[in-house]
Amino acid sequence: MVTYIIRRLIWGVFMLAIVSMITFMIFFLVPRLAGATSESLATRYVGRTATAEQVKIAAEKLGFNDPLVVQYGRFAKGIVAGADYDYGPGVERCPAPCFGYSFLTRLPVWPDLLDRLPVTISLALGAAVIWLIAGVATGVVSALRRGSFFDRAAMSIALAGVSLPIFFTGIVSLVVFSYGRPLAFAAPGGSFTPFFDNPAQWAYSLILPWITLAFLYAAGYARLTRSGMLETMNEDYIRTARAKGLTERVVVFKHGLRGALTPILTIFGLDLGLLMGGAVLTESTFSLPGIGKYAIDAITNQDLPKVMGVTLVAAFFVVVANLVVDLLYAVVDPRVRLT
Amino acid sequence: MKRKTTLAVTALGAALALGLSACGGGTASTPSQSGAASAGGGAKGEFNAALTQVFNPSDKKGGILKFANAGDWDSLDPGDTYYGYSWNFIKLYGRSLVMFKPAPGKESSQLVPDLAENLGTPSDNAKTWTYKLRAGVKFEDGTPITSKDVKYGVLRSLDKEVFPDGYTYFNDTLDLPKDYKGPYKSKGVNTDKAIETPDDQTVVFHLKQSYSGFDYFAQLPATIPVPEAKDTGAKYKEHVISSGPYKFDKNDIGKGFNLVRNDQWDQATDPNRKALPDGYQVSTNVNADDIDNRLLSGDLHVDIAGTGAQPATLGRVLTDPALKANTDNPTITRLWYTSINGNVKPLDNLDCRKAVEYAADKVAYQTAYGGEFSGGQIATSLLPPGIPGHADINPYPAGADNHGDVAKAKEALTACGQPNGFETNIAYRAERPKEKATAEALQQSLAKVGIKLTLKPFPQADYFALYAGKPGYAKDNKLGLALNGWGADWPDGYGFLQQIVDSRVIRDTGGSSNISVRDPEVDKLIDQASLETDTAKREPIWAQIDQKVMDGAYVLPGLWAKSLLIRGKGVTNVYVSDATGMYDYVNMGLQ
Repeated sequence: MVTYIIRRLIWGVFMLAIVSMITFMIFFLVPRLAGATSESLATRYVGRTATAEQVKIAAEKLGFNDPLVVQYGRFAKGIVAGADYDYGPGVERCPAPCFGYSFLTRLPVWPDLLDRLPVTISLALGAAVIWLIAGVATGVVSALRRGSFFDRAAMSIALAGVSLPIFFTGIVSLVVFSYGRPLAFAAPGGSFTPFFDNPAQWAYSLILPWITLAFLYAAGYARLTRSGMLETMNEDYIRTARAKGLTERVVVFKHGLRGALTPILTIFGLDLGLLMGGAVLTESTFSLPGIGKYAIDAITNQDLPKVMGVTLVAAFFVVVANLVVDLLYAVVDPRVRLT
Repeated sequence: MKRKTTLAVTALGAALALGLSACGGGTASTPSQSGAASAGGGAKGEFNAALTQVFNPSDKKGGILKFANAGDWDSLDPGDTYYGYSWNFIKLYGRSLVMFKPAPGKESSQLVPDLAENLGTPSDNAKTWTYKLRAGVKFEDGTPITSKDVKYGVLRSLDKEVFPDGYTYFNDTLDLPKDYKGPYKSKGVNTDKAIETPDDQTVVFHLKQSYSGFDYFAQLPATIPVPEAKDTGAKYKEHVISSGPYKFDKNDIGKGFNLVRNDQWDQATDPNRKALPDGYQVSTNVNADDIDNRLLSGDLHVDIAGTGAQPATLGRVLTDPALKANTDNPTITRLWYTSINGNVKPLDNLDCRKAVEYAADKVAYQTAYGGEFSGGQIATSLLPPGIPGHADINPYPAGADNHGDVAKAKEALTACGQPNGFETNIAYRAERPKEKATAEALQQSLAKVGIKLTLKPFPQADYFALYAGKPGYAKDNKLGLALNGWGADWPDGYGFLQQIVDSRVIRDTGGSSNISVRDPEVDKLIDQASLETDTAKREPIWAQIDQKVMDGAYVLPGLWAKSLLIRGKGVTNVYVSDATGMYDYVNMGLQ
């Protein structure tokens, strides 16, 4: 088990290195191949009437004149060993892991990412709890009452949930349940309060994003649980369990649901891992200052250090989520052995 | 296990219920509540009510004004910011030597002293400008502000490695020592030949060349004093030391910040500011559609960017009289236009250029930019109405219905020896759908007289540096027309015209916004205006330049841009400043 975890962690580090190289190439090499010069790249990071001299200074300061290998090496070294940054009156140390300084705000990226993580974690975990409870419960009931009105209605709503994009459901929910309307019960967009500042206000500021995001995911989980349960409830061991005289509740929840949980666990781990890297649309729609909003702003402004930082953080969560899911397989399904 | 699950679910439900009840039972006053109160108070709003007068005037103090920004500041640092809204907002925490008069309409284009006692006193044929500071003005820490703090603020802004966002007006005009790079890199260098501080209250600027409009430079945020001992370079934007009525309380760059009252600010030293609210709450990177919805619902007071409502909101607001009554539609000092490049044959012939002027469908131009309310007013010359010196001229009327004068255009084509028309290319920025739509509209309207345009999109980032703005490339690739746009940094003929009509700013290496006006007479007029310190004599020269450029048909004016601004509910002292083309933030308050 320990050997397995160590081997996976080493593999994870290797994966992150590959991801960082690919991201770096997309944002640094591809524009060069398309004919961009150091100066034309630097024009994005200076004032709108910058002179040629200003652009030249910016290109030098941002390191665009160095070979790409040197630029990537500098980025990687910063993560491992930290870096120095000249802020004008002096030089400050950016300790490891230093993801560099924003090309636009000229502030370090890593503290920014740490600052935004609680928002994304709050959003992802809250929504996950809702969609897991709602989705799995709906799926179980639908499977047990196959063909009933509830089953048909639930699956139709699930289909709508999967089909409607967040920027539609989000804006509609804001218009209906916020902005001082008669049905208003939720905070308007952009009103995140940290959990440790005020837990009640935290929940109030997130309830609408949670429900909107959960609506999207719960739909998929309901359908997945339903099909899994239908399959499992026809297995021989369920018949055996019933033959042994176990109550239906024990048969359904202890034997049936447990068997149907494995694929849900896989998907849940990946979904949660991806969301930890930022729920881009939800955060943008509700103006939540999380990793996803940070990512989309960084990409829009072509702020490359921020893009690199956010990509690596997102990849880190996906790698970790995969590892945790694999470890949990062994807990949920006794047939799985990790070697 | 089952009991634990039940308990967990119950706890979650309780937490949510508590959260909701706590929020639902709040007693804090909200903007919508105050807005409702105002409706009952008789302050009736109507469309464009705040264009030329103060809407909802009041001296009532208190409350927190809530602002939101769909993007983020380039920088809160006075030495490193170049957004119009930022220059508007910065007056709340910084005092420059001079400022635009806090008044509605045309009056707002007047300069008035702020940190200085008076406007600048020119000498040495407008190469030297002297300002005396008001007595008793202090930083937020109680330190008296001296002329050395003003000088230091200007000098540090010259360092374009540390402050790349700002303008280069001072770099270009001050008589600085050779190779001077600002106080960080050129430590100990004597800069008295550029800026002198003979005593704590006097600051003297020395220019390389005469410039009659230096007071406009003195209103720039770079003249806001910065205490050298507290300067943290690129990090200063995290906490700017206030010299205005408010100071920073909390600043999360990328998320927002709060301003609270600066107890060291003294109303007696400041005739321009009322300092009505107790503070400001500013959110940044907020969804733009969400901002509009919150403004309309009363949850927010001001969309700080001041660029107007989003397309999704426009349809809703313009069709609802009640909502429309709460909006203003100013014309701003920005021109959307098309450069007609005389370097490309046959547009080297004046009559061929005139044919383009006559044939263009101005209504289609307007439609491409979003129509009358969000696109703009049809322009008949370069100088927008908000710039002092503007004169109503229309040398090339586009027919009675503004759809183009085909007969006049054909006459001009005959005169230029191309009676059946000609072919050329039109450049536009690929990332701008409105420019693409405009290029298509011109393609259609010019085709009516036989001028065949081929559309040539180019990347925005390199548009001026490598393509449309690079004379060699434009000529070789027959870019006869190029879509363009320009906004003045301040409402003055020099600020608006110099960069787009002075032929001496055109560089062979590219990068200039002027890509078509090459007229020595125009250059001479600009020099003449630069030396004229008498405003009454200077302003008519801008009108002459405007007429001259139009006579040469170097530019096809499209639109003087407009925006639809939504007035926040319950906000007092709302008016549009011609100087910024947006609401003036300096004296807003709450009912």
